[in-house]
Amino acid sequence: MRLFKLKRNNLFPFLRGLEGFGELWGPVRKGRKVVYARAKPEEFDLEALRTIIPAKKFFLPPRFTALKFRDNTWEDDYRPRRKVIFGLHPCEIHALNIYHRFYTRLFTDPYYERSKEATLIVGLSCVPDDHCFCYATGTSTVNEGFDLFLTDLGDRLLVWVGSPRGEESLKLVGKFLEDVEQKDISDYVAWRKRRDAAFKLKVDLDGMPEIVSFSYDSPVWEKMGRACLSCGTCTMVCPTCTCFDLEDEYDLKRAEMHRERFWYSCVFREYSMVAGGHNFREARSERLKLWYTHKLVGFMSEYGAPACVGCGRCVVSCPVGINVISVVRALRQERTTALWTKMEVKDA
Amino acid sequence: MHEILYHQDNPYMPERARIVRKYDLTGDVRFFQVRLCNPDKVFPVTSSYSPGQFMMISLPYVGEAPFSITSTPSRPGLFEFCIRKVGRLTSRLFQLEENDFLWLRGPFGNGFPVEKMIGKDLLFVAGGLGAAPLRSLLLYALDNRDLFGKLFYLHGARTPRDMLFREEFFQLKQRKDFRCYLTVDEDPEGDWPFDKGVVTSLFKYVKVNPRNTAAVVCGPPVMYKYVVQEFIKLGIPDANIYMTLERKMKCGMGKCGQCVVGHKYVCVDGPVFTLWDVKNVKGLI
Repeated sequence: MRLFKLKRNNLFPFLRGLEGFGELWGPVRKGRKVVYARAKPEEFDLEALRTIIPAKKFFLPPRFTALKFRDNTWEDDYRPRRKVIFGLHPCEIHALNIYHRFYTRLFTDPYYERSKEATLIVGLSCVPDDHCFCYATGTSTVNEGFDLFLTDLGDRLLVWVGSPRGEESLKLVGKFLEDVEQKDISDYVAWRKRRDAAFKLKVDLDGMPEIVSFSYDSPVWEKMGRACLSCGTCTMVCPTCTCFDLEDEYDLKRAEMHRERFWYSCVFREYSMVAGGHNFREARSERLKLWYTHKLVGFMSEYGAPACVGCGRCVVSCPVGINVISVVRALRQERTTALWTKMEVKDA
Repeated sequence: MHEILYHQDNPYMPERARIVRKYDLTGDVRFFQVRLCNPDKVFPVTSSYSPGQFMMISLPYVGEAPFSITSTPSRPGLFEFCIRKVGRLTSRLFQLEENDFLWLRGPFGNGFPVEKMIGKDLLFVAGGLGAAPLRSLLLYALDNRDLFGKLFYLHGARTPRDMLFREEFFQLKQRKDFRCYLTVDEDPEGDWPFDKGVVTSLFKYVKVNPRNTAAVVCGPPVMYKYVVQEFIKLGIPDANIYMTLERKMKCGMGKCGQCVVGHKYVCVDGPVFTLWDVKNVKGLI
């Protein structure tokens, strides 16, 4: 992998230069939260950690028209615009790698493939806050899945080139880059030490697949199911959630049918309901169990790593505190103070 | 920078097909024979699938749902489906006439591992609509009769009127090279000439070599437990007991996630599972 450095005052020209590839998107502050938005380099929040919605929205939008039907013919005109996404942290890039493996396994999803093809990924290093636990999931650094990756050392940034396309983008911005010296490397090592020492949230994911499997009949699920609101927030904000639904809609104006594809959630009641009204997962506890089994066991057997990247989105989003941290601690029979463990819900 | 080229192949794109024949099998189950409209695809697609695979049937404005193929690849040219009127899509399908269009995607799913069954005795147990996917494998085995050992087919229905492919099985009963036993739970009109009782009562006729038998079951969820007990009693190993399951599916390709059970996607890891899978993945049946 090739490594360069970029002077701090060249960062904005560097990002503007990348606009030669496509629209520039990055983390922008919106009230007390952060979102990925199309903006000028000066508007980006370089200190931002997790956005409300993860970067999966660029690869499969929350809702789009997958197919159109008119005069007995189907048409697929999904053409994503070319984008440069700046500010993806290592956890986010790990999640996209899971996304990539998932959507190209057995059958390649053409919509994903096109979005991937149209996107330049520019990563950015970060310093964790109270809700980050990527250190525990082994996703605090990243070696693949980005085109360019910037590590912020204060007065300068280190630039990794991670793909042939990243290399190609140097035609646009190579003029801002300089070769690295020994001092840059030693500063990087010191930065890594400082960063790794900053993790405050500790969770032990060791042996989780077995523990989740053995806990299939644990009363924890029932307790959690009673508190869960089935709102689906956890699945929408999770960067590795992939499920979707397809629905046909009639467009009156154009007199054509649209097959719409949108994000869907396994915690919704209708998720496993079939024609005739039978529901394979009627109980909320069953649906939550599916989510956590799939994240912590399913991906483990399929890809050798859990589908949690420690971004902390479920930690800050769930209204009743059902998240990877509290569930893992409850299943390990460790102490947890999550809201759901204290709720006394009678009949749900 | 480089131009983006798109593949024309989109596995979400349905393929137009024509209903060439339809008739009612029972009060609420209809049989459809369907032919792909693109002549270049008819033979390659209808001769290369495995018994036990399914297809997504698509009707614009209504949606898409999975249906098991009830025809066999050993008789290519047409796809056959056996469909119960139960929801929005199937109600719309029942309004279609012969020569109307519908749209297909697939075939999807793992299907039965036919190559592993070669040289073995085969024992089929079908209940109600479960006859649909099993008919595919049964006809395949009959068309390649030399490849298999003894063949037993046990089929249960609620009443004689509810028995799918009744006439077809009456004729197959005449064949000397395999054993077909039919039973009904109730016989309100009193003219049923064969066994009465639940399908497990037919196991008394079964004489197979258990260590070299592939057993296949499909039917309503309540049936599995009792039939599997009978298989185990016969001494058939877990890995040779196959069952085909159903779930809600939107893509058929292991993407939409709606058929997921534990860590298995029923659409790509199934719909055919062994008893070993079922014991290891909680919630499959």
